[in-house]
Amino acid sequence: MGMDRREFIRIAGLSTLLGLGGKGAFELLAPGRVEAEIVPEAAALKAKRWAMVVNQKKLDDATAQKCIEACNRVHNVPDFLHPPSDKLKLPAAVAHRYQIKWIWTAPFHNVFPGDEQPYLPEEVEHMSFLTLCNHCNNPPCVRVCPTKATFQREDGIVMMDMHRCIGCRFCMAGCPYGSRSFNWRDPRPYIKKLYPGYPTREIGVVEKCTFCAERLAQGLEPACVEAARGALIFGDLADEKSEVRESLRKYFTIRRKTQLGTNPQVYYIV
Amino acid sequence: MADYKNEFGFFAERPKVEKKIFDRNKVVAGIVIFLVMITIPLWKNLGKTVAAPAPSLDTPIIKQLAAKDKKCVMPTAWMRANHMQMLIDWRENVVRSKEQKVTTSRGREFVAPDGKKYLASLTNTCMECHSNKAEFCDKCHNYAAVAPNCWGCHQETGKKLAEAK
Amino acid sequence: MLEKALIGTKRYYGLLAILAGVFALGFLFYLKQLHLGLGITGMSRDVSWGFYIAQFTYLVGVAASAVMVVLPYYLHNYKAFGRVTILGEFLAVAAVTMCVVFITVDLGRPDRIFNVLKYPTPGSVLFWDMIVLNGYLILNLLIGWNVLECERHSVPPPKWLKPFIYLSIPWAVSIHTVTAFLYAGLPGRGYWLTAIMAPRFLSSAFAAGPSLLILLCLLVRKYTKFDPGKEQIQSLAKIVTYAILINVFFFFCEVFTVFYSQIPDHMLHFQYLFFGLDGKHQLVPFMWFAIVGMTAAGLFLTNPKLRKDETTLAALCGLVIITTYIDKGLGLISGGFIPNPLEQVTEYWPTVPEALITLGVWAMGFLILTVLYKIAVSIKEEVKS
Repeated sequence: MGMDRREFIRIAGLSTLLGLGGKGAFELLAPGRVEAEIVPEAAALKAKRWAMVVNQKKLDDATAQKCIEACNRVHNVPDFLHPPSDKLKLPAAVAHRYQIKWIWTAPFHNVFPGDEQPYLPEEVEHMSFLTLCNHCNNPPCVRVCPTKATFQREDGIVMMDMHRCIGCRFCMAGCPYGSRSFNWRDPRPYIKKLYPGYPTREIGVVEKCTFCAERLAQGLEPACVEAARGALIFGDLADEKSEVRESLRKYFTIRRKTQLGTNPQVYYIV
Repeated sequence: MADYKNEFGFFAERPKVEKKIFDRNKVVAGIVIFLVMITIPLWKNLGKTVAAPAPSLDTPIIKQLAAKDKKCVMPTAWMRANHMQMLIDWRENVVRSKEQKVTTSRGREFVAPDGKKYLASLTNTCMECHSNKAEFCDKCHNYAAVAPNCWGCHQETGKKLAEAK
Repeated sequence: MLEKALIGTKRYYGLLAILAGVFALGFLFYLKQLHLGLGITGMSRDVSWGFYIAQFTYLVGVAASAVMVVLPYYLHNYKAFGRVTILGEFLAVAAVTMCVVFITVDLGRPDRIFNVLKYPTPGSVLFWDMIVLNGYLILNLLIGWNVLECERHSVPPPKWLKPFIYLSIPWAVSIHTVTAFLYAGLPGRGYWLTAIMAPRFLSSAFAAGPSLLILLCLLVRKYTKFDPGKEQIQSLAKIVTYAILINVFFFFCEVFTVFYSQIPDHMLHFQYLFFGLDGKHQLVPFMWFAIVGMTAAGLFLTNPKLRKDETTLAALCGLVIITTYIDKGLGLISGGFIPNPLEQVTEYWPTVPEALITLGVWAMGFLILTVLYKIAVSIKEEVKS
């Protein structure tokens, strides 16, 4: 060896420093790294915990349909049951298998199974309950996702990252409310009218309601809330003065399958 | 176990065996065919010239821009080299956040180094001006043989043009 | 040792060719699935897991059953099993490979499969499933290969292999338990939300796996010069008997808990499977055949005369395999998803492309199994001579 110990330590130390510092220098001086960043828009709506109150007393069938159409329109949700052209028509069973539902209606005994009552008031028996993702505070779907493609945001929204989803459908199995849909085939031909403000999805990813996170970021209410004209109340649970808290103080509300511990954040005034 | 050996000959002396190629002609022929096929990209296009990609900026929205506004969100040379990384940064920050521990959206507004603000959206910012995907995006992508599948989900026509139609 | 797989009888080549052909057919249909989407299967918004995951669940059990030959031999010095441990380990390798391929085939975006590694999520059972499955594959390949190699050269296995062998025993239990936990931790699926899910998986695995191993041993004895041995097969048969009886017992435990407590959410799934629900009763004959067949097989297997006669043993093992396959395959998945969380019924049946892709993967598994068994059997024949 032509080197003595002291020299070796000196060289090793210098290389380590250069190596660490060099990495930092590289990051700083690397081409493409400039001072540019993503920030929230000024108009963005913020909350500590988003929640929704569905006032079934004010919600009739027509309004519920308007909410569903608004959501499907601004999110490019395909319609397999009523395709835009006859050529695309599918057998009923197949269309039923493929269907993608972000928000839809169902009767009481389907939306609240296990809470059946034999002598329900007539109006409740025939009510169409709006059902959607509950954005649970303790979401089983987030627990089971192996890539964190579905994750819970700080403001409570259970978000979907379509870029990361591998399509394993574990979240669909985990959801106790059946709120999630999968793209079994290419959805684009079945979208009535392409809405340019939101992407479509490709085959192989799961999708669901995201409380219109993209609209909230631009200062708009969720599409269904806007279309419901007061029948849906949306706001910040952590803000005592918000309309949702007012509604929860004023009315007794029920939630879906609370005994499962998911802590759903969609409340129903019946 | 002095004569213990395995395929790797690790633990013993390898016996001297005369090396012989069986079916030498077939083997050599196979190797030649393989080399010819594996180097196809190198010799098949000898002598041909492929024009450099010429992406076109001829779109309705760009034509309407005043001369001083005719620039992209970042300088052209930078964009050419880094638009892929920028789009990934936009995506990561808009949907979730770059840092793994912070799971929320960073926001949707992109602040360029010159201070101008844009909506961080492929369809509604980039594709708004560059509404001619086949003459712009595809030109370089085809030349470089890359096939980004952004447009499987993100649409090619932004809001302004779609509403104009 | 791989050279042993390249030389064989015409029958061996013929078998490889047929299996490769079926695999190629399945692969072509898989390309179609990649192009058109998983919609070419029979899965739906309500029944979002189907045939592929059913096969994976069943094969995880078959893979774990290798422990049933490894444990007595290595932990309790049951020398007789020395002849068949390699067959058990190679069966595990083929089965786990099939598991991994079935999972991949079931993914909506297989091009993004490495996201599971890029974004590890220790809170998700699927993450652990990936780890234990791949670990088990590596373990069995490592152990099987090295033990066989050493047997070929008539040396004892190297000392460093022993810890891996001991590790493979709890690991086998873990691949099963983790797969059961995929189902048993979901609050919204009453049919699966039972503590007994993992024990049921284990009992049906230890019935189905050794049954398959017995059938394979009989085939090996018939078509090669290697005889796994009568005593070995009889020991395996005893394991199958106990396991299948315990499996039936577990099933009756489930039925009691569900129907004595009368909780609708749990009862509805059993009602759908065994009596039909809302007029939909596709699976009813299959489920009754599975349960009655399983019980009958278990009871017949208790008769030592029927066990000793290898023809009846083979028939009963076949019955065990079919009934556990129906119970753990069709029954488990459909039963869990039907009725859906809104108590609506959407039935599930695999489509032709789905069945062909499944067959293709099975063919791939049997191809691997044939090659590995050929190597093992050739080595054993070579050592004997």
